[in-house]
Amino acid sequence: MLNPSQQLNPKIFDSDVEQVSIRKGFGEGLLKAAQMDKNVVGLCADLIDSTMMTGFKQMFPDRFIEIGIAEQNLAGVASGMATMGKIPFMTSYAMFSPGRNWEQIRTTIAYNNVPVKIVGSHAGVSVGPDGGTHQAIEDIALMRVIPRMVVISPCDAIEACKATIAIAQTQDPTYIRLIRGKTPIITTDDTPFEIGKAQIMFKSMPAHAGQEGQDSNFNVGIIATGALLHTALKVAQKLEAEGKKVIVMNLATIKPLDTDAIIQLANQAGAIVTVEEHQIAGGMGSAIAECIASHKPVPIEFIGVKDQFGQSGTPDELIEHYGMGEKDIYVAACKVMLRK
Amino acid sequence: MSLTPEKTVLLESKARDIRRSIVEMLIEAKSGHTAGPLDMADIFTYLYFHALKHDPKNPSWEYRDHLILSNGHICPVLYATMAYAGYFPVEELKTLRKFGSRLQGHPHREWLPMLETSSGPLGCGIAQTVGMALADRINNGRSSSKQFYCLVGDGELDEGNNWEAIMLAGKEKIQNLTVIVDRNNIQIDGFTEDVMPLNPLVDKWRSFNWHVQEINGHDFRDIDRAVGEAKSVFDKPSVIIAYTIPSKGIPEFERKFEWHGKPPTTPEEIKSALDAVRTLGGRVTNSDHS
Repeated sequence: MLNPSQQLNPKIFDSDVEQVSIRKGFGEGLLKAAQMDKNVVGLCADLIDSTMMTGFKQMFPDRFIEIGIAEQNLAGVASGMATMGKIPFMTSYAMFSPGRNWEQIRTTIAYNNVPVKIVGSHAGVSVGPDGGTHQAIEDIALMRVIPRMVVISPCDAIEACKATIAIAQTQDPTYIRLIRGKTPIITTDDTPFEIGKAQIMFKSMPAHAGQEGQDSNFNVGIIATGALLHTALKVAQKLEAEGKKVIVMNLATIKPLDTDAIIQLANQAGAIVTVEEHQIAGGMGSAIAECIASHKPVPIEFIGVKDQFGQSGTPDELIEHYGMGEKDIYVAACKVMLRK
Repeated sequence: MSLTPEKTVLLESKARDIRRSIVEMLIEAKSGHTAGPLDMADIFTYLYFHALKHDPKNPSWEYRDHLILSNGHICPVLYATMAYAGYFPVEELKTLRKFGSRLQGHPHREWLPMLETSSGPLGCGIAQTVGMALADRINNGRSSSKQFYCLVGDGELDEGNNWEAIMLAGKEKIQNLTVIVDRNNIQIDGFTEDVMPLNPLVDKWRSFNWHVQEINGHDFRDIDRAVGEAKSVFDKPSVIIAYTIPSKGIPEFERKFEWHGKPPTTPEEIKSALDAVRTLGGRVTNSDHS
């Protein structure tokens, strides 16, 4: 069942669940953050509308810099502004930032330790018809290997709004990953959000109800990041209907990793499925595996892109083709339970 | 502040001290770059001892001018000049490139917080300086009294990121930005015009809407005149292309691209280098090579 303490969208499993793009939530969060702090500035590489900077540019024209199609410069200029006390949000498509400007991000932002917020929109294969050139499925890996870099991948527009406001208040170099298309609203304004904290979104009643401290009463734990959390929740519901005890974790912050929560999940479930719209290599699942292998080895199945490039298609077609659909997650869960 | 003959003599003396320290620290470190630090010694001396508004005892002074070194590999000249200006003890220069030293092989702002930025990977300095100047414009408007200086190598201009930043600065008409190019004509693999021709370099900058000047990078009056003119131009950013002699001060090394990226190591090389910087080629009595 959905975790009541998370106060999730009551219509989450309805066929007419409201759908909003995650990047839109970023745009709203940026406006709020900018109203709260005059040091918040915006930089964009010729993608104002599609990275949801229009409102910011209109409301704060003196705090907005149009960089043009020059993502390396985007990073360097943002770094310079940050050394002067600004909190720069630099936006582009994830494929180009952090795709093209990785070394500038590493040296001028992370090595320099300045609070630039790197906003990578249109991440994942769900960019759709634009094809493989524009589908960033390596960005989490690129960012999480850089020391100090905070990596955040919100599950819906509401969480993206909260995450944007939260990261504007830290001095950490930060990457936030956004999705282009409309995706189901999972959370509500009352759902808690904290950088670095994993959230249990779904938890079956334990086999021995009422016995606190029972660690191994669950059959499987699913850890998801980004919009695929919604699919993971649907799979959990199905598994639960079949009598399985399931926990679903939303891992919005991929770095720093909430290791305590992940170890606890490994203890409780004894088997884990990771779900992300990203290459399996180096992504969120890899981060989980690094943690689990060191602390509590349990079998893991990884849902993600298997060392391939994307292609044109609808988001649904691509998610299914690359093995990240509802059926794939279900099969992975069944498989990992057999490996216990 | 005009450059008097007396001040020029003082600057020449400081530049000699700085060149001597550069050579000594490179010999001690047994690695590092020789040509660029020596050829930029006069410009660094001029900036730190005459032009910059700064306070070595209060490096984060709010109203300071900002100096950004883009080609971080010439940091021996930055470190030596900062030490003589009073930022840290001259004695510390001997720790260059050693484990635990604040004087990292390429400058790191966290180890040495008085730096404006970390640098080493080439082609990033102008972008960061433009960002700093834009942030300053948000804070203080176009009449800001701050000056931003970015020092870049000529070979470094091969990097595309420079031209992205140069285009942006021209678009934004950043009037308080002066870039100084170390036009020493060398880079690791050879002479710049053989590796990747930069000429016509003046035309390139001009076409990006910059105010362009060319100077002798070893003539303090020339440097002074150009920096003054750069500050007086209001509708454009300024670039000063400073023609310099690589390894200036060690005649046997001068103009040779082979000295771009290595220190004197053999006994003969060390003797030539120390003779040149300690005794000015025998004109001054001081033959202590220990």
